[in-house]
Amino acid sequence: MFSDLPLLSLVIWLPIIGGLVVLAAGKNDVLVRWLALIFSMLTFVASLPLYTGFDSGTYQMQFAEQMPWVATFNINYSLGIDGISMPLILLTSFTTVLVIIAGWEVIQNKVSQYMAAFLIMEGLMIGVFAALDAVLFYVFWEFMLVPMFLIIGVWGGQRRVYAAIKFFLYTFLGSVLLLVAVLYLYFQSDSFSILDFHDLRIGMTAQVLLFFAFLIAFAVKVPMWPVHTWLPDAHVEAPTGGSVILAAIMLKLGAYGFVRFILPIVPDASHELDWLVIAMSLVAVVYIALVALVQEDMKKLIAYSSISHMGFVTLGFFLVFSIFDNTNSVAGAALGLEGALVQMISHGFVSGAMFLCVGVMYDRLHSRNISDYGGVANTMPVFATLMVFFAMANAGLPGTSGFVGEFMVILSAFKANFWIALLASTTLVLGAAYTLWMVKRVIFGKVGNDNVAALQDLNGREALVLGTLAVLVLLLGVYPAPLVEVMHSSVGHLLEQAVSSKL
Amino acid sequence: MHNISLAIVLAPLFGAIIAGLFGKAIGRAGAHWVTIIGVAISFGLSLVIFKQIILDGADPYNGAVYTWLVSDGIKFEVGFMIDQLTALMMVVVTFVSLMVHIYTIGYMRDDPGYQRFFSYISLFTFSMLMLVMANNFMQLFFGWEAVGLVSYLLIGFWYQKESAIYANLKAFLVNRVGDLGFLLGIAAVLMYFNTLDYADVFSAAPSMANVTAEVAMNQQWSVITMICILLFIGAMGKSAQVPLHVWLPDSMEGPTPISALIHAATMVTAGIFMVARMSPLYELSQTALSVVIVIGAITALFMGFLGLVQNDIKRVVAYSTLSQLGYMTVALGASAYATGIFHLMTHAFFKALLFLAAGSVIIAMHHEQDITKMGGLKKYMPITYWTSLIGALALIGFPGFSGFFSKDSIIEAVNISTVPGAGFAYFAVLLGVFVTALYTFRMFFLVFHGKERMDEHTRSHLHESPAVVTVPLILLAIPSVVIGAIAIGPLQFGDFFGRAIYVLPEHDVLGVLRGEYHGWAEFIVHGLMAPAVWLSAAGVAVAWFLYMKRPDIAASLKERFSGVYSILDKKYGFDDFNDAVFAGGGRSVGRLFWRFGDIKLIDGVVVNGTANGIGWLSGVIRRAQSGYMYHYAFAMIIGLVVLLTFFVY
Repeated sequence: MFSDLPLLSLVIWLPIIGGLVVLAAGKNDVLVRWLALIFSMLTFVASLPLYTGFDSGTYQMQFAEQMPWVATFNINYSLGIDGISMPLILLTSFTTVLVIIAGWEVIQNKVSQYMAAFLIMEGLMIGVFAALDAVLFYVFWEFMLVPMFLIIGVWGGQRRVYAAIKFFLYTFLGSVLLLVAVLYLYFQSDSFSILDFHDLRIGMTAQVLLFFAFLIAFAVKVPMWPVHTWLPDAHVEAPTGGSVILAAIMLKLGAYGFVRFILPIVPDASHELDWLVIAMSLVAVVYIALVALVQEDMKKLIAYSSISHMGFVTLGFFLVFSIFDNTNSVAGAALGLEGALVQMISHGFVSGAMFLCVGVMYDRLHSRNISDYGGVANTMPVFATLMVFFAMANAGLPGTSGFVGEFMVILSAFKANFWIALLASTTLVLGAAYTLWMVKRVIFGKVGNDNVAALQDLNGREALVLGTLAVLVLLLGVYPAPLVEVMHSSVGHLLEQAVSSKL
Repeated sequence: MHNISLAIVLAPLFGAIIAGLFGKAIGRAGAHWVTIIGVAISFGLSLVIFKQIILDGADPYNGAVYTWLVSDGIKFEVGFMIDQLTALMMVVVTFVSLMVHIYTIGYMRDDPGYQRFFSYISLFTFSMLMLVMANNFMQLFFGWEAVGLVSYLLIGFWYQKESAIYANLKAFLVNRVGDLGFLLGIAAVLMYFNTLDYADVFSAAPSMANVTAEVAMNQQWSVITMICILLFIGAMGKSAQVPLHVWLPDSMEGPTPISALIHAATMVTAGIFMVARMSPLYELSQTALSVVIVIGAITALFMGFLGLVQNDIKRVVAYSTLSQLGYMTVALGASAYATGIFHLMTHAFFKALLFLAAGSVIIAMHHEQDITKMGGLKKYMPITYWTSLIGALALIGFPGFSGFFSKDSIIEAVNISTVPGAGFAYFAVLLGVFVTALYTFRMFFLVFHGKERMDEHTRSHLHESPAVVTVPLILLAIPSVVIGAIAIGPLQFGDFFGRAIYVLPEHDVLGVLRGEYHGWAEFIVHGLMAPAVWLSAAGVAVAWFLYMKRPDIAASLKERFSGVYSILDKKYGFDDFNDAVFAGGGRSVGRLFWRFGDIKLIDGVVVNGTANGIGWLSGVIRRAQSGYMYHYAFAMIIGLVVLLTFFVY
């Protein structure tokens, strides 16, 4: 029934149009909020058929759309999704609804611009996941920075200007290299189609240079150590909604670049340099976790925790090569790659929820410092229950979504190398340490001060948002099969691409 | 059997959810009824399964409930395997849990978190059942971590208490260290067996016996040994073996019912159960068995010593639990898995009894836990007194009581075991018997006999606890006495476990003992001639002499051996070491990485350094664009000269 609708275009442009409508609605805050909610809900509903109508039996791009855009340079408006990008689009359309609800009364300043920024950003992010033309991809990729830059810069905290500029320059630096790489590929293939890039034969030197260009572009976004320092600043200064989108979706865009560009386009260079990415990922898991341990600011702590968790994603992507070298087969690698993809979705829920939790407290006390809290469970029992639950998910407890991806990646890492698995699994201890230590100091204990004593428990709106996320985290932890199923074909194909030489 | 097992695990889960989410609506009575009925259903149905499997000899059940996920062609399932070992564990777990549920009505009567508590303990029962009923390693890990979660929540149940929330964080983290090993063990299983299903792994195990792999430093490791040791690290965390035992004494900060249920009877025995379940793997690795027996022996003896210097009634029992877990581990290392499980079962009854009795004392004493402030409670609390005595006698292995049978079997088994380390283990468990008797009766005499050392106010309010407390005590006292005599025949020397436990012929110590076994009565007679009984009697006598007859000697011994005393008092320094090295070290390294790595190096030098550098550079360049005509003219001339020179040469 939906087969003749250009669904992908719909989910990209509907929120963008919605954003413009919201802008036009202007000063009437109530109307603006409802309009934003309606448009985000419509987008979410429109994105559902992407899952229900998805054919998991093939790795071919589905829901494809194509029309010429700039014919002279062979640039096309070309969209399509596979089992890797489809769940991410759903994650985006879902998270945006939550963010709109979460910002409902919290944002009182320039409401229409705030809501419009999120809606437009939603469309652009979905565009990144759906674009099959490199120029189109690049356009979405760059434009996406603008609303986020504004969100941090306008609705942010005290050092918002520093954070916004740092965010913009950092990611822009990466983007420039991405553009260079794409242009090089265009001159080689005479096409901007990403799928054509996949089939292009490239020499080793060129592959290595392309690898580094892509790596820097995407590593900044993930972010990977050592180009991660923009993230804590951005998170700390961003309003809650901005943090949620940043953690839940934007970081995934970088990771998505690894699987859409690096592995299939420069497989030989990836093979040669896999140790570099693995090392950077493990540094993220261990070093960043230790840094997270000593943070005094809750948002910073969760930001560092995000980096640490994203380390699992990049680790899972690059296990295939050592497994292939060890056993001459890719058996076991799909586990790691699918684990990494599951981790992306799960991290979207869990870190989003953690930032929302901090937001709930910040809205009441206007402080993110751990030391300003203590004994919150006494005055906010419902909130405390949910926060402990999300903390457990953040610590990778089985039965929550946080476990699934880490578990799969560690199992796969063991096959690649014992030491990689050992270092990766230190997250069991470190992740629990930084998360639960924070919980101990914030949630448990005697009522810390008069401000905490005066806290009000969750209102209905907050409970709805956090409760929905809790259900999803639990559901994905108890029954991840439906999510993993849609990935099989695409991941299998990707692994094949990764181990076939293009020299 | 599929539906019955499903009902067994879901009934307590249902109770937990109702009591947890709708606690306010259903009220206090509603919460305890819904959870108690849930656990009672589990217990009843477990008995049905026990009858089917053990008495009727039905085939073990092994089936999947649902597929968790499929990846890379590997199926991860949630499913049940119910054989003799599982059936026994299910009955023990649900019985103790039921007793603790009932007891809680009395113990937590005035607590504002009443519903929450019932929700947690029911959730625990669910998790523990998932653990023991698992048919694959993944679900085992699920249950493993889930019981850890509930333990965390329950130790920190009184979340306003600083010591409680310190203890629960510590317990969780120390357990996570064990889990790290456990998870790697599971990863190793998956790598070499390509499945996580018990049945498939066990049937393939013999063919893996001689496979080696290079893990580290160019050393070839037997794959099975590696797997077994990694898994055992997990067991060391959960079953509190040295050096991962440090969390268990602190866990006593939680309410007493959960000390009984989780930190004595069930959860801490998960490691013992796991090793017994994995007997087809452990049997193939002599090295792993040696590690197990030595770690167990160290725990059994040295943790017992610590019980001698504790004054907190619950901590004495906690150290006793550590020591007894060491006994069970020793049994596993000697390949006497059945004996380990046997001791697990008797211990579950008498230790739950001792904890609940301690709780009864604590209620009567208005939450005073220091045994030096008790004394003479016998006449005030007769039921608690007599049931405690039964528990204590069972613990020290008084002939005829349940602990006697299981502990003597362990000692006998270790005596004839040939595993490297068994000699040391034999010495440790034998000496441990004396120590056990000494600390147990030190506590017993100080609490129930002698001078009444409590203050006047407390004394005037002393009375026996209500029926919801004493009835579980009595119900637990019965098996504490009789279960040993009943169970030793089938469990130790019969074919109770069938194929659930696998022992290689050359390790079969119980097979040797079987030849000498002629009924439980004769086992007692035989035991009377062995050193263990006399060591235990000596322990009681010394305790009586030191703490009742001549308390002055105890005090002077403490001074005379102040060096030893302070070592014991500091618990061998494990806590200080961990605090300084791991907790403190972790924070220092984290701070270093953050302040130096992130802030100074990356942000300071590279990021802001670049920005500042560009700023500086543009400052320099700006000077060139000064706007003065003569500057530009001068630059043109210089440029012209340079270019000319360049072209001329």
